[in-house]
Amino acid sequence: MNQEAVKDLLYKMADDQLILGHRNSEWTGMGPLLEEDIAFSSMAQDKVGHAQQFYNILHTMGEQDPDTVAFMRNANQFHNCQLVELPNGEYDFSLIRHFLFDHAEYIRFTALANCPIKDIANLSKKLKSEVKYHVMHADTWIKQLGTSTEEAKARMQASLNEALPYALGIFEPSKHEQQLIADGIYPGEAALQAEWQAVVEKVIAKTELTLPAWDSLEPVYGGRYGTHTEHLQPLVEEMSEVFRLDPTAEW
Amino acid sequence: MEVLENETIRVWLEEVKDPEIPVLSLNDLGVITGIDQDGEGKVTVDMTPTFAGCPAIDHMKNEIGEVLEKNGVSDYHVRVSFDTQWNSNMISERGRKALKDFGLAPPPKHNLIVDLDIIEHATCPHCGSKNTEMKTPFGPTLCRSIHYCHDCLNAFEQFKPL
Repeated sequence: MNQEAVKDLLYKMADDQLILGHRNSEWTGMGPLLEEDIAFSSMAQDKVGHAQQFYNILHTMGEQDPDTVAFMRNANQFHNCQLVELPNGEYDFSLIRHFLFDHAEYIRFTALANCPIKDIANLSKKLKSEVKYHVMHADTWIKQLGTSTEEAKARMQASLNEALPYALGIFEPSKHEQQLIADGIYPGEAALQAEWQAVVEKVIAKTELTLPAWDSLEPVYGGRYGTHTEHLQPLVEEMSEVFRLDPTAEW
Repeated sequence: MEVLENETIRVWLEEVKDPEIPVLSLNDLGVITGIDQDGEGKVTVDMTPTFAGCPAIDHMKNEIGEVLEKNGVSDYHVRVSFDTQWNSNMISERGRKALKDFGLAPPPKHNLIVDLDIIEHATCPHCGSKNTEMKTPFGPTLCRSIHYCHDCLNAFEQFKPL
């Protein structure tokens, strides 16, 4: 088993969760409905917790402790896809991103539940059951707003069009892709993406929204290897501001 | 030295409760997944979180340690892992009753496939009605959802099926 390849896979998953968890937490106190305020806050807590568990596994593989990894890196050291670092925008954009990302996550955890590395498989089995709630939440709102008023549909459609090229960036191939597939760690990004597209099509078909042809979209890659938008560094600074005041403090 | 039974340790641990649901012991919650001794006096307690992001896990871990120490075990290890993945079917019958008495609807038993049909119509813990609707699958803690009863007109929470 190639340790570097597995670490690469774990880092991108953990960083996606950490960054989107923080974006979700920005809805705390700001949600358009109390229920949605609670929903995004809960999903934030889940995602930061999931990130921590993957950082824990990385720690057992010789990486630094989870707090150091989470708070002491700069934006160009993060492996998250650009989708998760984009600002929340209005609620429609946050919902569309949540829908696109969490379906991908659910498919990823389902695949990794069969990973030959026991710690990864066990954790993925667990997280899959939790992310199920995120997916159910997203689908409910996509269906509701995607069949609602003209303004709702126009907003959802505009956000969908904006988010899709970034969402394809979730599946940016790893430089260890063939190795990971050959070792049976997981089926690889292309396989996950195919499954994800089918699910997205199925849910969107229940709305009055439309999907562009997949091959007309230009995926936004780069996030997996440190190329990020201008939005990530300020997020990282805000997230780590307290920790960096005194990294040795006992909490 | 007297031989310590694992069952004795399990009974001691009965006093450790879920800090967010203080009527429910960790035993009844189903998060203590193993108790083991190595023959030289070292006790290992295995536990697993209900939700991976549960902020109470360190607190519960410390309380387990305190109970062991209080009962004279100084050499112990409380191991948190996902080797056994918690699901809500692991809550004992006594635990389910404690939840209901506390005003929280116990999670419906399921075949490990949770979908909207299972969570939408919880049984109201106050009046027993099924004429209820889910307001949101997320609640004040990660493990609870919020519901409304159309018969007794109370809002209530359910411990989520997972």
